[in-house]
Amino acid sequence: MEDVTNVIEMRHIVKDFDGFKANNDINLTLKKGEILALLGENGAGKSTLMSILSGLIQPTSGSIKVRGQKVNIKNPTVAKDLGIGMVHQHFMLMESFTVLENIILGHETTKGPKLDFKKAEKQIMALSERYNLNIDPQKKISEITVAQQQRVEILKVLYRGADIMIFDEPTAVLTPQEIMEFIQILHGLAKEGKSIILITHKLEEIERAADRVTVIRAGQSVGTFAVANVDNNRLAELMVGRHVNMTLNKPVVKIGKTMLQVENLQVKNKQNVAIIKGMSFNLHAGEILGVAGIDGNGQDELVRALTGLQHVHSGKIMIDGEDMTNRKVRQITEKGVSYIPADRQKYGLILPFSVSDNLALQTYYQEPFSRHNVMHYDVIHEHARKLIKQFDIRTTSEKLPVSDLSGGNQQKVIIARELSSNSNLVIAFQPTRGLDVGAIEYIHNQLLNERAQGKAILLISYELDEIMQLSDRIIVLHNGSISGEVRPENTSDEELGLLMTGVKKEGSALA
Amino acid sequence: MLKVTLKTKKILVPIISILAGFLVGAIIMLVWSYNPFQAYVSMFSSALGNMNGIGETIREATPLIFTAIGFAIASTAGFFNIGLPGQAQAGWLSSIWVVLANPNMPKVFLLPLAVITGIIAGALVAGVAGWLRAQFGTNEVITTIMINYIVLYSCQYLMQQVMSAKLRIDTDTTKTITANGSLKINWLSSMFGDSRINAGIFIALVAVFLYWYLMRKTTTGFEIRSVGTNAAASRYAGMSAKKNIMLSMLLSGGFAGLGGVVQGLGTYQNYFTQTTSLDIGWDGLSVALLGGGTAVGILLASLLFSILKIGGLGMQTIAGIPYEIVSIVIAAIIFFVAIQYVIGLLFKTKKVQAIQKVTKSADTDSDSAVADSTKTQGGQN
Repeated sequence: MEDVTNVIEMRHIVKDFDGFKANNDINLTLKKGEILALLGENGAGKSTLMSILSGLIQPTSGSIKVRGQKVNIKNPTVAKDLGIGMVHQHFMLMESFTVLENIILGHETTKGPKLDFKKAEKQIMALSERYNLNIDPQKKISEITVAQQQRVEILKVLYRGADIMIFDEPTAVLTPQEIMEFIQILHGLAKEGKSIILITHKLEEIERAADRVTVIRAGQSVGTFAVANVDNNRLAELMVGRHVNMTLNKPVVKIGKTMLQVENLQVKNKQNVAIIKGMSFNLHAGEILGVAGIDGNGQDELVRALTGLQHVHSGKIMIDGEDMTNRKVRQITEKGVSYIPADRQKYGLILPFSVSDNLALQTYYQEPFSRHNVMHYDVIHEHARKLIKQFDIRTTSEKLPVSDLSGGNQQKVIIARELSSNSNLVIAFQPTRGLDVGAIEYIHNQLLNERAQGKAILLISYELDEIMQLSDRIIVLHNGSISGEVRPENTSDEELGLLMTGVKKEGSALA
Repeated sequence: MLKVTLKTKKILVPIISILAGFLVGAIIMLVWSYNPFQAYVSMFSSALGNMNGIGETIREATPLIFTAIGFAIASTAGFFNIGLPGQAQAGWLSSIWVVLANPNMPKVFLLPLAVITGIIAGALVAGVAGWLRAQFGTNEVITTIMINYIVLYSCQYLMQQVMSAKLRIDTDTTKTITANGSLKINWLSSMFGDSRINAGIFIALVAVFLYWYLMRKTTTGFEIRSVGTNAAASRYAGMSAKKNIMLSMLLSGGFAGLGGVVQGLGTYQNYFTQTTSLDIGWDGLSVALLGGGTAVGILLASLLFSILKIGGLGMQTIAGIPYEIVSIVIAAIIFFVAIQYVIGLLFKTKKVQAIQKVTKSADTDSDSAVADSTKTQGGQN
């Protein structure tokens, strides 16, 4: 018997990439008007499955039914005609165009040779009101917030007539308040009969937003559960495939001397516009200072200024008591600063080079790795074998190109390189981005280890959970300045969310 | 589609490219009613069939080895040096000049002096483009091409206006150098049927070894490779992009200059007015690309090129094929070698490619990494 309330039925989906089964017999059903969460770690096959559903790639085998009809979604146009729309994690919007222009782009209403903006605007306003999206179609994308941009993406999908909507990690860029509003919008959409798939790896979101959850692991479906009948610990276990310790062991560490002191730091971009507008803070040995904030509020520039990659316009950076403002990268490294960059493949590794070479990337020029301009590869390989063992890097050989390793193991190579040096200040910028739960757990423990050894750690992250779990103190960046300083035990997601949007904390002692 | 490992592919693709080139060359000859079999036999017999041919083939390959190494060093650092002709020309004229100006200096001093002068001249010419790029970010393709013209006509000016008339036969040709400044080795020439093979080939073999050692074993080579492969990560690791651009350009120009030196002190024993940029520069570029930038690859590719060039002469004289057709056949072979990429598409590499594919499509992470990095870049600019 076919159940017509199922708008989507994906059966035994297999996608084989040259012998690697990204999807290996996955089943997924979506009922009309429900919010179904799709939960899985990075690399579990979520994106592959959704790419199949939106016509970007073809499954190797398996069948798809949409509203009871067997379909062959051979390209994105077919998906669109079936009413399937996707809101991507990274918005596809033109900054200099208005909201209206962005929404109708590629789907224009015309009157003769002319674009009929009036008619389109009317339709968009109607949609915006119906789903409570609260969007001004005449504003330019560059003038609205990230949360509003996301609503533009939602409108885009609605305007194209979708009633099956896929959201890919939609809350990654939102503040806690914005996440609440977003979940309201989701519920509104479902109430109007839209069927929604929510791709996520955040467990509390599932609890708050979804009706059912389908868990996939290593390309296979683990099962589908009603959210009301399953708790977070169970979901985490299903996702990872083993018991997960969700709480970190954070011992009390005696705070030592000031390792990093930033005084009235100003950094300008090439157009001579101040990006960091007078920032002061300090960081002590044995302490983790979390830097929270929405992406693009000066995090990149702060890190680049601290590591010597970007010119400091004014202000001072003192590292271990020495003025290191505008010093060269290597001088800063040799002063005892380790750095874990946000984009490991672009800044942290040289992908075609071997694991050994990458592990020696900061020290290759020093003895015993090289002497009189000659590299001693036997020493470099031995050093690599030691670190591979110590940091549990999964590779068959230290001579393998680092590009052959998984994302988590690539990150371990960077962690091993940076934490094995005799540094006393660690700058970790998004150290767990895109990693699976096991790797995240591992890296968090490594950072806590460093803290226990009396190192000073500056943790810049867009993941509030990470900041809250690890930090001893938290500073929040907004628009190039510090909008507040809090302690994780005395703050809430809500307070942090307000600080992230620039609402200054009353009575807080700002330096 | 064939599945092979990366290593097998690296060897198979150039071989198939060469064979495809010969095949197309054969078809071209058939179209104009020439016997391709006879043509290729005469090609190989004149290039490799007797001692003189072998000697000339080696002689022809010698400067290409130097210019190819020059190109490969710059290219490893991410610098497209197409100023090799100018750099080689500077090496040629300067080394000849040094020898002509010091006819009485003992060979032990004069020959090294001339060789080193040629290296420095080539390095300086390349250094200009390197400095412009390091300092101002000037596109090196444009600067090196333009510097080729500057060198081409500056050399003419220097020889005709600055060089003492006593060192010249006429306005377009210098005197022949004396034996104390020559790379010629009499017993070697007579061993190879009185060909122009000279000591340059020994310097070239040393250069091939040095190139391999520099790139694979030294700290300098590690930095050059790092900067050329991932400039951003190298900066993060504290390497200086400017320093490495300058250094690799000076090395590149120095090797190209040596190519000119062996042409002057070895092959021609004089300098004469050049009307176009030197062939050894352009061919060196092709040799480096064909050889995949590796030391052994460059050695083999330079030999292939010289076989084609010397053998091409044989095709004319023995098989009676007009020069124009010979040029087309040679060009077809080089063409196929150059479009190796297309031939490479016939093969799938095992494993490595598969893993990359999976991470690209199955992992949200890699997508976001790309998007984020563009964002980061935008922020910096």
